[in-house]
Amino acid sequence: MDPTARCTGCGRPRAECDGCARELDPPRFCPTCGTRLAVVVTPAGYRGRCREHGPVVTGRS
Amino acid sequence: MEQVTFTPRRGRVEAIEPLDADEARRAIHAAEAALLDERRMLDGDELATLARVPDESVPALAALAHQVRLAWCGPQVEVEGILSAKTGGCPEDCHFCSQSSAFDTPVKATPFLDTDEVLAAAQETAALGASEFCIVLAIKGPDERTMQRILELVPIVKERTGLNVAVSAGILSEDQARRLAEGGVHRYNHNLETARSHFSRIVTTHTWDERADTCALVRRYGMELCCGVLLGMGETTEQRVELLLQLREVDPAEVPVNFLNPRPGTPLGDMPLTEPLEAIRWIALCRLALPSVILRYAGGREVTLRDLQALGMTSGINALIVGNYLTTLGRSPEEDLQMLADLRMPVGALSAAI
Ligand code: SF4
Ligand SMILES: [Zn+2]
Ligand SMILES: [Zn+2]
Repeated sequence: MDPTARCTGCGRPRAECDGCARELDPPRFCPTCGTRLAVVVTPAGYRGRCREHGPVVTGRS
Repeated sequence: MEQVTFTPRRGRVEAIEPLDADEARRAIHAAEAALLDERRMLDGDELATLARVPDESVPALAALAHQVRLAWCGPQVEVEGILSAKTGGCPEDCHFCSQSSAFDTPVKATPFLDTDEVLAAAQETAALGASEFCIVLAIKGPDERTMQRILELVPIVKERTGLNVAVSAGILSEDQARRLAEGGVHRYNHNLETARSHFSRIVTTHTWDERADTCALVRRYGMELCCGVLLGMGETTEQRVELLLQLREVDPAEVPVNFLNPRPGTPLGDMPLTEPLEAIRWIALCRLALPSVILRYAGGREVTLRDLQALGMTSGINALIVGNYLTTLGRSPEEDLQMLADLRMPVGALSAAI
């Protein structure tokens, strides 16, 4: 389990993508397994949940 | 589904001959006399002429728009927070939208948030000094279950946060509009997005006329109408002027101005951003066409305007969405509130009845 294995912008392995999320886009893919996250964006923050790995990303605006 | 092919254009609309400097100065003076002295609205020809001022005259156009905003609306700036309470999986095919199920985008569909989550987001919004909170659902229109959820949430949010509650839930029936109004919905958001003549290139699952019908219902049942635009979808200058005149017909209390932030996976994913000065020109024209509306900075402003964000505030804008958007992030609320403080613009609720 490597929580930096995947690009959170596209879900591909780090070897294939070194990070492609646009500025002001929240993470959309699990950094561990690369599946799409259920992301909740609120006025002051965001949180992303992986079906396998639970709540994996949080942040502010 | 029909595939749209967009000829890539630069981030500004060309093909029209700009006015020369003298013509531009005269057109701006004439608009000033109309809007500030005579207190009358500009007509379509006058707006089309102003749309042609050269780049060098855009700051003068913007300065007039700021005067018009102060004269017609006062100095107050309204701050709002928005929440996507049901994200993605939308059956509509709006070609700019990452929440449509018609396109393969990174946005995963998530169900309606529960009451505690919505309330927490509203409390965040209140803590940022906002007066309005908009609950947004990615749906064609509300089914009965959704209606009940909305009608249950609105009074709770209102009571617990003191915020005005706005809702955006797509196309409404007459009965739904009435129930939402009775249920305490302060404003209902339903954007025209683009000119009627351009709409079928952007959306094929419903018509512009259906949108205009919902806008009319919102007003008929006494909610304030929030009806926005999304610029930068390949529309022409003429179509932008057309849109401004169509907005006038639906007569909104509030107009959120969005600029396309091209979303990966959508048909408009490769469109260029609107150029910053072009965005300022059209913010100013929105104000000159709609002198008394609440003109709100909305999605795409950070990536489109970059360092010109403060200039928009003196080009006719008198409201903003603070913090994050529906599926994308905004700049930090502290930066926006600092910008307003630096501009000495007081924050407060605005109303259609000003
Ligand atoms: S109706 Fe709204 S959520 Fe659905 S595709 Fe259109 S813009 Fe997106
Ligand atoms: Zn990537
Ligand atoms: Zn995972």
